[in-house]
Amino acid sequence: MVESKHWSSRLFNVLNYFIIGFLALSCLVPLIHVFAISLSSSSAATGGMVTLWPVDFTLESYAYVARRAAFWKAMGISVLRVLVGVGLNMFFCILCAYPLSKEKDQFRHRTVYSWYFFLTMLVSGGLIPLYMVIRMTGLMGTFWALVIPGAVPVYNIILLLNFFRQTPRELEDAAIIDGASQWRIMWQVYVPTSTAALATVALLSTVYHWNEWFNGILYMNTPDQYPLQSYLRTIVIDMKLTNMGANDWQALVLVSDKTIKCAQIFLASIPILLVYPFLQRYFVKGMVLGSVKG
Amino acid sequence: MQKSVTAPDLRRSGRFRKELPFHLMLLPGVIIVFIYMYIPLSGLIIAFQKFVPAKGLFGNQKWIGLDNFIYLYKLPGAISALRNTVIIAFFKIVLHLIIPITVSILLNEIRNAGFRRTAQTLIYLPHFLSWIILGGILIDILSPNGGFVNQILGLFGVEPIFFLGSNDHFRFTLIFTDVWKEFGFNTIVYLAAITNIDPNQYEAATIDGANRFQRMLYVTLPNMRMIIVLMMVLSLGNVLNAGFDQVFNLYSKQVYSTGDILDTFIYRIGLLDAQFGVATAMGMFKSVVSTLFISISYYCAYKFADYRIF
Repeated sequence: MVESKHWSSRLFNVLNYFIIGFLALSCLVPLIHVFAISLSSSSAATGGMVTLWPVDFTLESYAYVARRAAFWKAMGISVLRVLVGVGLNMFFCILCAYPLSKEKDQFRHRTVYSWYFFLTMLVSGGLIPLYMVIRMTGLMGTFWALVIPGAVPVYNIILLLNFFRQTPRELEDAAIIDGASQWRIMWQVYVPTSTAALATVALLSTVYHWNEWFNGILYMNTPDQYPLQSYLRTIVIDMKLTNMGANDWQALVLVSDKTIKCAQIFLASIPILLVYPFLQRYFVKGMVLGSVKG
Repeated sequence: MQKSVTAPDLRRSGRFRKELPFHLMLLPGVIIVFIYMYIPLSGLIIAFQKFVPAKGLFGNQKWIGLDNFIYLYKLPGAISALRNTVIIAFFKIVLHLIIPITVSILLNEIRNAGFRRTAQTLIYLPHFLSWIILGGILIDILSPNGGFVNQILGLFGVEPIFFLGSNDHFRFTLIFTDVWKEFGFNTIVYLAAITNIDPNQYEAATIDGANRFQRMLYVTLPNMRMIIVLMMVLSLGNVLNAGFDQVFNLYSKQVYSTGDILDTFIYRIGLLDAQFGVATAMGMFKSVVSTLFISISYYCAYKFADYRIF
């Protein structure tokens, strides 16, 4: 495109870089602030002296968190939840999206099933009835309450089935002539050609399970069963000191509550920070597919 | 396609056998959805009962007609929660459209690819952080006692503002921080629409003497018309979604009058006060209204934008 050399265009350029740069920084600065506090001395942090650079640099808060068993236990539960939860999500997602991606002449009941799943996006029983069902099915207070009720991700299924439908039918016809069963076609034709969509779905489901906190609070009986985000809520949002034992008070003299909080907030964000920039092209592709499907 | 290959009689007998794998594939998903989506849906009957949890979801409960709804209607907190929900949701819906559209047009004008890509990556970041993490961060930086934001405002002579604890500022803070969290991620669909614009249109406009702003206004924006209408229509379904995760982690007793929303109200009345019937009645009200709006929005999206979900 021809770039205009007019002064207004140049002024706009400068302003535009400034605006976009400012917006981008506004998204990063809060996290840097938290990181800086976590590396500062407690007195500097409590006194509000820390902005974007650590004051009186110390690793004391991280040393404290490293010794804090509750944090690592919650982290472990979250990791397990991501592994099992995403595994289940992918399993159901592929198994449901594949048949639903078939044309009507191949699978007559496609529409009925589609509506069966789609309706759950329109209506829901809400908090209390689901709570009762979790209790009835014996999941209350168990790890499974975190992964089973949401095991069938309807939105992701729709995303994936729309992607499956773009796979050329000739590939399938050729496989049928070679005598492949539908199971094999799904697994050996569709899955390998849909890695971008599968990565998108896996990413969405990973972020969901890592960030989800409400079910932990709702369905777990005691805080020591909490996944990381639910655990973090009790110390960061509730602002109670109840999670600390008597021995912790000594450490508290050295490390202020604020620096410990910030250290844990930062540690909990690290997995996300590491993963999302590299999977960007996948989720961009997936989001676009999901919303612009015409 | 290729139907003529199979003889009609063969097709008839073999059809079920051919489609059987599809049914089997769907079976596990159908069962899970039935248990955890459809049974809770039928559990909405709680709304018409004086529900005693110990008797179970389908136990022998006492039916009380619309008493739970009437009780809610007379409850001052419920009406205020509804009002707050609609106000907060309305501003979020509007700004979630305007800001991302503007930012995506501005981003498209950035010629330096490295800068653009870095900026994009950074503005997607808050979307991926939970409201627990962001809540923790916001409680700290918005604090009236030496919080980062108030320190900066102090440089301009502004008195410390209690963003999260004052009824004058709480709604604004909710709307602002939610838009801040999601605006970047929401640019994705608009940027995709912009990338699809035929470069010839820009060239033709340039030859016709259109300057840069005119090109943005008369080429870029009109080409985004479809996606804008679509997003507008689809966002209608959020009229009663003020954002439970956010509000629940940022609100406190002193801002209930402006910040309490239907979802937080349902949570407190249901799980803290154990009034299951009343909470479900409110949930049902929310569900019915939302379903109505979502259905209308999908219908409009289908009618006007030829949007089909499957």
